Amino acid sequence: MSVISVRNLSKRFGKKQALDDVSLEIGQGEMVALIGASGSGKSTLIRHICGLETAQNGASAIEICGRAIQSDGRISRDARELRRDIGVIFQQFNLVNRLPVLTNVLVGNLGRIPRWRGTLGLFSAAEKREARDALARVGIREIAWQRASTLSGGQQQRAAIARTLVQRSRLLLADEPIASLDPSSARRVMEVLATINRENGITCVVSLHQVEYARRYCPRTIALRDGRVVFDGPSAALTNDFLTTLYGADSEELILPEAAPARPEDTQRGRPLIEARALVAA
Amino acid sequence: MSHIGKFSPQAAGVTIARDWTRSIGNTGLWVILAALLLWSWGPADMGRWSYLFTDAGNMTRYASGFARPNFEQWRYYLEEMLVTIQIALWGTFLAVLLAVPFGILSARNMAPWYIVQPVRRLMDLFRAIHEMVFAVLFVVAVGLGPFAGVMALFIHTTGIFAKLFSEAVEAIDPRPVEAIRATGASRLQEVVFGVIPQVMPLWLSFTLYRFESNVRSATVLGLIGAGGIGQVLFESIRGFYYPEASAMLIIVIATVTLTDLLSQQLRRLFI
Repeated sequence: MSVISVRNLSKRFGKKQALDDVSLEIGQGEMVALIGASGSGKSTLIRHICGLETAQNGASAIEICGRAIQSDGRISRDARELRRDIGVIFQQFNLVNRLPVLTNVLVGNLGRIPRWRGTLGLFSAAEKREARDALARVGIREIAWQRASTLSGGQQQRAAIARTLVQRSRLLLADEPIASLDPSSARRVMEVLATINRENGITCVVSLHQVEYARRYCPRTIALRDGRVVFDGPSAALTNDFLTTLYGADSEELILPEAAPARPEDTQRGRPLIEARALVAA
Repeated sequence: MSHIGKFSPQAAGVTIARDWTRSIGNTGLWVILAALLLWSWGPADMGRWSYLFTDAGNMTRYASGFARPNFEQWRYYLEEMLVTIQIALWGTFLAVLLAVPFGILSARNMAPWYIVQPVRRLMDLFRAIHEMVFAVLFVVAVGLGPFAGVMALFIHTTGIFAKLFSEAVEAIDPRPVEAIRATGASRLQEVVFGVIPQVMPLWLSFTLYRFESNVRSATVLGLIGAGGIGQVLFESIRGFYYPEASAMLIIVIATVTLTDLLSQQLRRLFI
C-alpha cells in the first residue's frame, strides 16, 4: 500500500499555477527526493501533503496510508489525527526560539498524549527520556537545555528532526531541509535523514534544490517544473545532461558546478533503486 | 522652506529641478496646521497666557504652602499608599487574566473575523470609557472604597491589554506555529507552545508598564472615593492642609519611581 497517494492535485496562487494536475504514489520505506528550481512547486506540494494548504476546487485527493487528509479542496475531519503520522521539517527549522531545545522536541508528543496533559505541558519522565534519546541520536544531546535560538542552523535542523522522531511519525516530509545550511551541516542532516529512513523504515520525502544530494541520498527522484511532474524515476538516471534537457537554462540552479559526480555505492544506499515508471515529457 | 537651496548643484555639475508638487504640498500642510492652531486659540482660552507672569505671585503663595511638607502622620500615609498599590495590583492582575483570551481572540491571525470583530468592539468599549467613569459606576454598585477602584482599573486595563496583546500576537512568526500544528497538536496547544512563548517578553513589558500607570491612576481614583492615598490627598487639598498634601505627593512620587526601578529589574530578569 502506498504511504502517500496524490491524485490530480492543482493549486493556483493568484495568476501563478503552483501545482498543475500532480499525481504520484510513494510506497512504504522509500526515500524520495523532490527536485526543481525555485518556484517549481516543491514546497507547495509538501504543504499540501501534510494538510497545511488546501487544493483548489476540483476533483483531487491526497491520501496518507489510505486515509484522505484532503479531497476536492477540503481538509478532512481526520486531518489532525493523520498529522500525527506525518513529521514535517522545514527550511527555516521552525523551532520556537524562546523555548529550550528539549521542550521543542517534547512538542512532538502533543498529538499522541492525552490532550489536557499536553496543553499543560506535563510530560512524563519516560517522554523526557525519549526526547533526550532522540537528541542523542541526531548528535546534539549536550544542548538540551539551551534556548533554540542559540543553536547553529545545522543544530536547529537536527533538533527539528528529533522532534519528528519523538512524534514517531511513519512519514517524514522535509521541505528544503538543507537549503539554509552550510555544506558540512547539510551533509550531516542528510545523513541523519538517510539513517532514520534505513533503520526505522520511515518513508522520507525530501525536497532539494541541488540534484547532487538527490543522487547521493535518495534512490528515487521526482522532478517538478512549473508545477508539473516532469520526471519520476531512479535518481541515477538524472544526469546533468538530462537535467539540461528537462530544465533548459534553469538547470544551472540545480547543479553544483564544482561537485564531483556521486559515487555509485552512495546512490545504492538503503534499498534497491525503484524502476523508472514514468518519464513524462514536458 | 526649501532645503534644496543649501546645496550647490553647479558644483556637482547637475541642475536639480525643483519639485513643485512637493513644495506646494509641504507648504499646504504647514498652513493647515497653523490654521488649526489659530482656530483653537480662543476656545482653549490661550489668551490668558500673560497671567502666568502677571499673577505669578498667586502661584508662589499657593506653592509655598507645599514647601514645608509635614510628615507627622507618615505611617498613615504609607498605609494608604500601600492600599493604592494593592488596588493597582489586583486591577492589573485581573485585567491580564481576562486579556489573555480576549487578546488572542481579537488577533486576526488567530480567530475568524466573526469572532475578532465583536471581541474587538467590546474591548473598544472597555477602553473608550475612562477608569474615572467606571469608578463612578462601580461606586454606585459596590459602594465607596477600594473595590470600586479595583473594578474600574480592571475593566479599563482589560481593554488596553487586549489591544496591545493582540497586536503582539499579530506580529508573531507563523512558522513555528505551523510546525506545532504539523505534529497533530490541538488549536489550544498551538497557542500554548507556539504563540505564548513568542509574545511573552512583550506581554510582560506591557503588563509592567501598565502596572506603573495603574498605580498613578489608582491615586487619582481616590478623588471620587475609591480609597487609597488619593482619597486622603484630595481631602487634605480641599481642606487647605498643604503641608500634609505635600508629604503625600512626595510619597506618591517616590513610589512611582520605585515601581519603575523594580519593573526594570523584573524585565531584565525575564527577557
